[in-house]
Amino acid sequence: MVVSSLKLQDLIEEIRGAKTQAQEREVIQKECAHIRASFRDGDPLHRHRQLAKLLYVHMLGYPAHFGQMECLKLIASPRFTDKRVGYLGAMLLLDERQDAHLLITNSIKNDLSQGIQAVQGLALCTLSTVGSAEMCRDLATEVEKLLLQPGSYVRKKAVLTAVHMIRKVPELSNIFLPPCAQLLHERHHGILLGTVTLITELCERSPAALKHFRKVVPQLVQILQTLVTTGYSVEHSISGVSDPFLQVQILRLLRILGRNHEESSEVMNDLLAQVATNTDTSRNAGNAVLFETVLTIMDIRSAAGLRVLAVNILGRFLLNNDKNIRYVALTSLLRMVQSDHSAVQRHRPTVVECLREPDASLSRRALELSLALVNSSNVRAMTQELQSFLESCLPDLRADCASGILLAAERFAPTKRWHIDTILRVLTTAGTHVRDDAVANLTQLIGGAQELHAYSVRRLYSALAEDISQQPLVQVAAWCIGEYGDLLLEGGCEETEPLQVEEEKVLALLEKVLQSHMSLPATRGYALTALMKLSTRLRGDNNRIRQVVSIYGSCVDVELQQRAVEYNTLFRKYDHMRAAILEKMPLVERGGTPDEEAKESKEAQLSEAALVPTEPQASKLLDLLDLLDGTFEAAQPPPALEPSPGGTLVHLLDLPCASPAPASIPDLRVFEREGLQLNLSFVRPPGTPALLLITVTAVNTSGADVTHFVCQAAVPKSFHLQLQAPSGDTVPAQGGLPVTQLLRILNPNKAPLRLKLRLTYNHFGQSVQEIFEVNNLPMETWQ
Amino acid sequence: MIKAILIFNNHGKPRLSKFYQPYSEDTQQQIIRETFHLVSKRDENVCNFLEGGLLIGGSDNKLIYRHYATLYFVFCVDSSESELGILDLIQVFVETLDKCFENVCELDLIFHVDKVHNILAEMVMGGMVLETNMNEIVTQIDAQNKLEKSEAGLAGAPARAVSAVKSMNLPEIPRNINIGDISIKVPNLPSFK
Repeated sequence: MVVSSLKLQDLIEEIRGAKTQAQEREVIQKECAHIRASFRDGDPLHRHRQLAKLLYVHMLGYPAHFGQMECLKLIASPRFTDKRVGYLGAMLLLDERQDAHLLITNSIKNDLSQGIQAVQGLALCTLSTVGSAEMCRDLATEVEKLLLQPGSYVRKKAVLTAVHMIRKVPELSNIFLPPCAQLLHERHHGILLGTVTLITELCERSPAALKHFRKVVPQLVQILQTLVTTGYSVEHSISGVSDPFLQVQILRLLRILGRNHEESSEVMNDLLAQVATNTDTSRNAGNAVLFETVLTIMDIRSAAGLRVLAVNILGRFLLNNDKNIRYVALTSLLRMVQSDHSAVQRHRPTVVECLREPDASLSRRALELSLALVNSSNVRAMTQELQSFLESCLPDLRADCASGILLAAERFAPTKRWHIDTILRVLTTAGTHVRDDAVANLTQLIGGAQELHAYSVRRLYSALAEDISQQPLVQVAAWCIGEYGDLLLEGGCEETEPLQVEEEKVLALLEKVLQSHMSLPATRGYALTALMKLSTRLRGDNNRIRQVVSIYGSCVDVELQQRAVEYNTLFRKYDHMRAAILEKMPLVERGGTPDEEAKESKEAQLSEAALVPTEPQASKLLDLLDLLDGTFEAAQPPPALEPSPGGTLVHLLDLPCASPAPASIPDLRVFEREGLQLNLSFVRPPGTPALLLITVTAVNTSGADVTHFVCQAAVPKSFHLQLQAPSGDTVPAQGGLPVTQLLRILNPNKAPLRLKLRLTYNHFGQSVQEIFEVNNLPMETWQ
Repeated sequence: MIKAILIFNNHGKPRLSKFYQPYSEDTQQQIIRETFHLVSKRDENVCNFLEGGLLIGGSDNKLIYRHYATLYFVFCVDSSESELGILDLIQVFVETLDKCFENVCELDLIFHVDKVHNILAEMVMGGMVLETNMNEIVTQIDAQNKLEKSEAGLAGAPARAVSAVKSMNLPEIPRNINIGDISIKVPNLPSFK
């Protein structure tokens, strides 16, 4: 018995009638079985109906891949009904990753060339949605033919299909570039819209196309003018504005064409002024056009008066009641904040107001913009606002806000004390959301501000006494108390309230941190080490500390156990060394020191296209080298960035073990010119995995000496680079004694190494300057 | 470009889902669920823009949505589209649906998903806006429907009859059919009580 197949509506009714999820699944599975059977039987009459049902089921989330071949059969059928469902199925079920999709190429080709425009439309639609690169290549000529056919329906679809093709296969731009100029003369808005989109896509992809299309700027201006000045045209108007979609697209294209181009910008000036002043802003459509106009004005080389007008319009929109308008205004200001900083600064109060919005999207935008507007003059006020925002904002914005405040504080802090206060406040409010390096930054900051040690340790102690749940705060506080415990107990400090702290209380607090279930293992490590350090700082006897340390000698956590055992040993066998080992730490070096910043600016200078260096620039760089030489002579700071002294302690007490021979890395010749050769040789010392030593050797096989030889290097920001003094600055001729120079590179992140070298020297009576990046660096140098 | 167009109701059941970038079916369903979560949390008087969820491409993409009675219309777009423009586009789409279905409601969308797809295909193609003139779109849809109906054969007879009756102009049929001077005698039928 042949079961009569359900119509789509009936199936939907049945599915809606199902009371539970299980029932729905049952109904659908039964129906899918029918559909599968029907596909197997190959019933052509009802195939489209079966596929329609399958597509519905697919939307609800059930598997429908067995319908893919049926789509192909339906597309190949001559009936329009079949094709319609078939193409829809192709768009929903097939995509480039399935092999089956190529099979529809032929059908599409046939459908494109036969005359029924509805069918051609279907084929183009499918091509533009799921067309893969191969399909696009095959069908490009077909689509191009359709571009210039008489029917406007097919043409507008062909134009947009061309855009998709160019996205998939950029080489096809050549085919679709010529018809554009002619298409711009069309009156049909659909074709115009598509053409403007096509030209925009072409210009974004190739600077040559951009230059080519600059000559259509007057025509675009003309079209926009007509749109703006013609009266109410029912056909295309949306709330009184004439085809705002087309206006917006044209404005966007004008923006691309006018960017950095005086001539085009001038042609547009009048029109932009007209649009900016005459657009009706009572409805959304007008506002959409106005926003695009403002963005275009700011991007091109417009007259100064026009720019002022644009920023004022944005300011007005910020005060609008409509939330959508404010959102878009904030987004636009964010785009401009880099280029027109002072203009945007004027609206800072309003932006800060928007921080207090209950709407999450708005406050997020306001946060980004506020962070971008912080500068040295308003940093105190802004930080105040941002802190109060941090206290009341939604959890997903907290992390961004906290790191933003910390970054701003780092860049613009007026005083160290203010900086410490700010970080402290952020840690107390949103401690769980700060980034991991905030702890390291703060300890380094406190360590460097000697006059503030007493102040910091007091503040941190009070904060810790109140709340031991925020891990970064606890870690910093524990470290501080350990280092400066003696200052804490001393009592008098002018900057805070007099605080009488007893030894027992301090020890009790640290023990509480150790035992608390809220403390992370790292925090416990900090606390234990702090306790240990206090054994030398405090005046009382150390019984309590010794007890705690010996208890933790059998702790389950291996890291803690190791530390406790070592500290125990310190108390017993090495008591005479204890005071020396637990002395105050020297300043830990990390990024943010003057060397690093100077290196960063040097890298920025070198990474621009090679410009002829001016004299002051060269001497600044030479000074930099001297500075680096100076620091090399001074005591070598420990390479580890971990501020915990427990780390270095472990190294001290480690028994020396046989170090494996370093794997040898082949030398690299990086430069050769007129007899001067530069070689790099690499060594990775086995003890420090992040360290790479490069020896630069300059050999001269030519007939003339190379004098005033200077080699400078730059690396990406995450690396640390130290250049040692070269062995000399003259490379004698005929292969004389080469000049060598040692580079030390620290790569804690194991990021791929990039190295840029700059050479200046005199050779054969000419001064030479070479800047190049070293390619082919072997992987062993950074892995 | 427009990455996806989703219509779902207040409980998250999808009524239309169209993706303009290749995603696997699992990912598609996940995107629908994630979008529903994000959009349903919104209050009534906040702005219509949201950052995109992680699956759809994170903060580069935006969700622009409108809430009409029981349905959410969500367009997921990237940064090259004008946000206010998309809001207008959603409005045009809904108005076009209204015109094609005559006072469209959720049930129309449920039972005629394929038709909604066809209408959408006339407006947005390959992730780009194709046509925004409502009359043009409706004309095209009508022409295509006619093409379908003419192919339908016998199975389409009831539908054709219905449309014939609908397009019949009743007031023009003469009320008095004058067939000359024939007197018809009405028999005296017993009255049925």
